[in-house]
Amino acid sequence: MNIGNNKMINKISPKNKKLQNDSSISVSLDNVSIKYGNTVAVKNIFCDIKKNQVTSFIGPSGCGKSTVIRAINRMNDLIEGCKLSGSVIFEGTDIYADDIDPVEVRRRIGMVFQQPNPFPKSIYENIAFGARVNGFRGDMDQLVEESLTKAAVWDECKDKLNESGYSLSGGQQQRLCIARTIAIEPDVILMDEPCSALDPLSTLKIEETIHELKKNFTIIIVTHNMQQANRVSDFTAFFNTEKKGKDLGGKVGFLVEFSKTKSMFNSPKQKSTQDYISGKFG
Amino acid sequence: MLLRVDKATTSKFSLRKRPTSEKLVDIGFKNIVVAMASMVAVVLFSIFAVVYYESTESISRYGLRFLFSSAWDPVTDEYGAFTAIYGTLFTSIASLLIAIPLGVGTAIFITENIIPEYIRNIIGIMVELLAAIPSVVLGLWAVFIMEPFIRPFLNIIYELFGFIPFFGTEPIGAGMMPAILILVVMILPIITSISKDSLNQVPSNLRQAAYGIGATRWTTIFKVIIPAAISGITGGVLLALGRAMGETMAVTMIIGNSNNFSWSIFAPSYTISSMLANQFGEADGSQVSSLMYAAFILMILTLMVNVFAQWIVKKLSLKYQ
Ligand SMILES: Nc1ncnc2c1ncn2[C@@H]1O[C@H](COP(=O)(O)OP(=O)(O)O)[C@@H](O)[C@H]1O
Ligand SMILES: [Mg+2]
Repeated sequence: MNIGNNKMINKISPKNKKLQNDSSISVSLDNVSIKYGNTVAVKNIFCDIKKNQVTSFIGPSGCGKSTVIRAINRMNDLIEGCKLSGSVIFEGTDIYADDIDPVEVRRRIGMVFQQPNPFPKSIYENIAFGARVNGFRGDMDQLVEESLTKAAVWDECKDKLNESGYSLSGGQQQRLCIARTIAIEPDVILMDEPCSALDPLSTLKIEETIHELKKNFTIIIVTHNMQQANRVSDFTAFFNTEKKGKDLGGKVGFLVEFSKTKSMFNSPKQKSTQDYISGKFG
Repeated sequence: MLLRVDKATTSKFSLRKRPTSEKLVDIGFKNIVVAMASMVAVVLFSIFAVVYYESTESISRYGLRFLFSSAWDPVTDEYGAFTAIYGTLFTSIASLLIAIPLGVGTAIFITENIIPEYIRNIIGIMVELLAAIPSVVLGLWAVFIMEPFIRPFLNIIYELFGFIPFFGTEPIGAGMMPAILILVVMILPIITSISKDSLNQVPSNLRQAAYGIGATRWTTIFKVIIPAAISGITGGVLLALGRAMGETMAVTMIIGNSNNFSWSIFAPSYTISSMLANQFGEADGSQVSSLMYAAFILMILTLMVNVFAQWIVKKLSLKYQ
């Protein structure tokens, strides 16, 4: 894997020099704008995401949270016509540089999706598949048990490892998906509204899991739920939309405010943040 | 039983009580549908019964020997369908083996974003159009254009590998090989379009799941997408097999229509369908009965393929909750 070797570091533009030295930063968005075809979805995002911390993205729907989080592991590459400008720096390397393989990026930055999406394979195979894809050489049984335990779903799964992943409930499926991501030991885990399809109890369990995972992973979580952001995250980024040019009619997302979760919820700096977190819109 | 409805309601909602005529239409409609559905079953069974009945003479005379003899002699009244059965199975399976990788490959190509969308669309439309060509036109094309074109290549194979029985006769025109190739052309659109549909039906979040754990495109396609679509693809393949076994016109025009058995794929041969098409005109007496016997075998074969198709599709279909 050649992400993060010295050759790459030279690629960073001079104004990011300071980032190289700041080892507490995992992912840094530097003037990121993203277009779908000719429509700008988000623009001019600057944001430094700290290692081993939970960062939440909040904001009204359509403000581009998913678009931004998908940009961090190049999932947007799968969407035809999606273009990014600016740079996304991961551990000192611009992951959009020409010689970066997006597959390798995704092996370092894993993702959990909004809808639980286990593979139509056995529970065991759901974990083992990703590990094998990443060339895991070790005790697979142990890895499966460890990952499921870390994702707090081992007890429910241990007696039916050979049954289909779809035999689990929605919340268990989502934790299976988290386990699958943990198993490949990425540095960063991206979660796009991981609880939106789940009941409150499963949601709580996943939040507990996130607390545990923080020790080993950097976590970025998109959430619709401000209490959840408040409960799980150390940092919060609030996105909003603004009307763009008179004739275009569409809206473009931008980052309003990014700070420690505590301070954002206690004393937001921007009026729109204040309005959003107090439930005036969204 | 009648629900009681008071006057006040009926004056506001006039249809609280359904008119008797409407109920009668319901019942009538149901009965018509049942009758029509049973018609299908009746037609199917009577065809089977008639074909079987017409072939009883031949069945009792030759029994299973019919399946293993290549004789076809109206003078001595000796009949056997071995060449035709072998030809049917060989041409259809061989064409399937060529068409599966081509068809599934094309379907992957059309559904993945390897090349720009408009090119994919054009390829997709062309494949569908291929299915629209009448088989007699394909047969004509095979006889006058394809076969003369491929003959030099077949000759090279014959010269190099002639010692292998499969390539053991000189390609002189009509024969099994061009028939196989024309069958490939005919079943390719079936396999491609059904595979394409089943690949398209794989939920996109499965693809995302695979990419999200760092799978490459090829791992994603071969380990996740195709397994998820395998039941549909298999169904398409078996449908194509049924089509290939029953295909008559184009094959009759190009296979050479010879009941002499030969191992060589360059030699003229027969399929059951082409035999029936060739001989029903002049046949009488026990020859008709033998043709019916052959037809009965063909029906059993295609029926088996269809039942097997249904079974395998059910067996392989994955459960997304
Ligand atoms: N695949 C796509 N193709 C085109 N436009 C898209 C696509 N996904 C999202 N968008 C647009 O980008 C904007 C931001 O969407 P999204 O990132 O999904 O917002 P959020 O996750 O905050 O609700 C929306 O205006 C949406 O219509
Ligand atoms: Mg979203």
